[in-house]
Amino acid sequence: MTFSSPLAELTGISKHYGEGETRVDALRHVSLSLYPGEVVGLLGPSGSGKSTLLNIIGCVIEPSQGRMVLDGKLVFDDRPAGGDLRRLRLDKIGFIFQFHNLLPFLNSRDNVAVVLELAGHGKQAARRRADELLDYLEVGNRAAASPAHLSGGEAQRVAIARALANHPRLILADEPTAALDSQRAAIVMDLLRKVAREQSATVLVVSHDEKIFDRFDRMLRVRDGVLDSADG
Amino acid sequence: MNLALRDIRHKLGRFLLTCLGLSLLLGVVLSMIGIYRGLVDDALSLVRAPAAELWVVEAGTRGPFAEASRMPGDTREMVARVPGIAEAGSVTYQTVEAPYRGQTLRLQVVGYEPGRMGGPAAIAEGRAIATRHGEAVADVRAGIDLGDRLHLGRDDYLVVGLTRHHVSTGGDPVLFLSLRDAQDLQFLPKPSTYRRDQARGAPPPALDTINAVVARLIPGVAADAVAHEIGRWKHLGTNTQHQQEAILIQSVVEKARRQIGLFTVILLTVSTVVIALIIYTMTMDKMRDIATLKLIGASDRTIVALILQQALAMGFIGFGVGWGLINLVADRFPRRVLLQAEDALMLGGVVLVVCVLASSLGVRLALRIEPAAALGG
Repeated sequence: MTFSSPLAELTGISKHYGEGETRVDALRHVSLSLYPGEVVGLLGPSGSGKSTLLNIIGCVIEPSQGRMVLDGKLVFDDRPAGGDLRRLRLDKIGFIFQFHNLLPFLNSRDNVAVVLELAGHGKQAARRRADELLDYLEVGNRAAASPAHLSGGEAQRVAIARALANHPRLILADEPTAALDSQRAAIVMDLLRKVAREQSATVLVVSHDEKIFDRFDRMLRVRDGVLDSADG
Repeated sequence: MNLALRDIRHKLGRFLLTCLGLSLLLGVVLSMIGIYRGLVDDALSLVRAPAAELWVVEAGTRGPFAEASRMPGDTREMVARVPGIAEAGSVTYQTVEAPYRGQTLRLQVVGYEPGRMGGPAAIAEGRAIATRHGEAVADVRAGIDLGDRLHLGRDDYLVVGLTRHHVSTGGDPVLFLSLRDAQDLQFLPKPSTYRRDQARGAPPPALDTINAVVARLIPGVAADAVAHEIGRWKHLGTNTQHQQEAILIQSVVEKARRQIGLFTVILLTVSTVVIALIIYTMTMDKMRDIATLKLIGASDRTIVALILQQALAMGFIGFGVGWGLINLVADRFPRRVLLQAEDALMLGGVVLVVCVLASSLGVRLALRIEPAAALGG
């Protein structure tokens, strides 16, 4: 598979918590590139630094050191580049969670539309886009249902629809199939692959779930805060 | 979309139950303010009933409401002849207990001369006293029916009229009697006491005694000038209506005002703490949702609005329901609860401030939630 220029480029990224005797190095000199259209697996044992890496790529936390460029925009270069990380998340990144994290007080449609309204879209436009996405993910008939009345698979599809709402360039999925059986896990992964291809987005999936490893274009392994290997 | 409203609808039952609890609390605050207003209004009703401009009282006293004031009955004639006085009336004030239908009524008896100043401000039902003996006008709060007879002292009195909002500073309903009847009731000793006093050669009791003279001035005449003129009689003192009202409020109502004010402040503090705890708990329940909202790009302003709007909704629903409840039950209070729109507006403003203050704890918690908390199981 051939890729264009990287969507996300991390160079020498390190992250530590605390100082002195209490200092913990969560990531050490991690460099990697993520390309549009690819589905990448991020693997590693608990405490290896996967979540820290995901949080840094997702512009949730800032690294302690290194350089990061996202969709051509410098985010960090040994110090914050001064951009609004919240706005960057809103405009360029979609998140998918292990337990879908749908807002319980909104129905499926509004869970998707809320992202668009936060980004400044009008109410009607947001609802139209939400309905399109729910139809695309084949849960259009559950648009009015509250998350409490959705099955695990339906809830995860609605969560994917929410992640796609703002046409993100990067989709970060944290254990998206952990709460699903193998059949539904395969469906979710196929959906993510479809999204990556059709929308030219990069999908980075943190997972321990071996049954979906074959759905990744390549896999990154993190061990003790170091990017161990990259294969694909 | 309004996230606060959606969250309220999601847990509507719990929210409404919380609002109901808060409404009872704010209802109590409103009732305390209403009781105070009623207390002042009731107290002033007695002093305002004669529609006087000048009160002539015993020298060295502050009038019949603050302390004992006794003057000879002919004082009225003296006062009425003072230049600038348009009319004057003698009045007596006395608290009595009377049996009525198996109960004991506590009444404030006001004696006045029928046809002169000092009687009730208005008759709500029936008529005013027309004879010098044996008739009475009672306030409806006494619960005496028109046409009933009431036994006081040695005599029975026919209730010929009813008034409204005529009560004493202690909340006792007023019973108007003719001056002569009221004087007998107040100053005529029991037969046994009278006989004993006669036997030991004591002077006969001074029945023609009054507590005050109320007067109206000729239009354009300055009250101070007339008061100065009356003050030349060394046994008389004077107060303008304004002074008499001020004395009444200072001496009689002031402690109650402070007491009720303190209760109101305590209740408002309790309300603030209750709202703060509720909002804090509601925010704790939503920590994961708030983290998710932050992660997907919600601004701090969105999060603050979510919490603040819920606090305000809770406060104003609680306030509105509390106001409605107190209006429904105000008449069942033993003392008059006077609910005024300006007090409600003021309390509404206080509730607004209380809600903002109370939500600050929840807002602080919400702003400290890291978006990363939404990730990782």
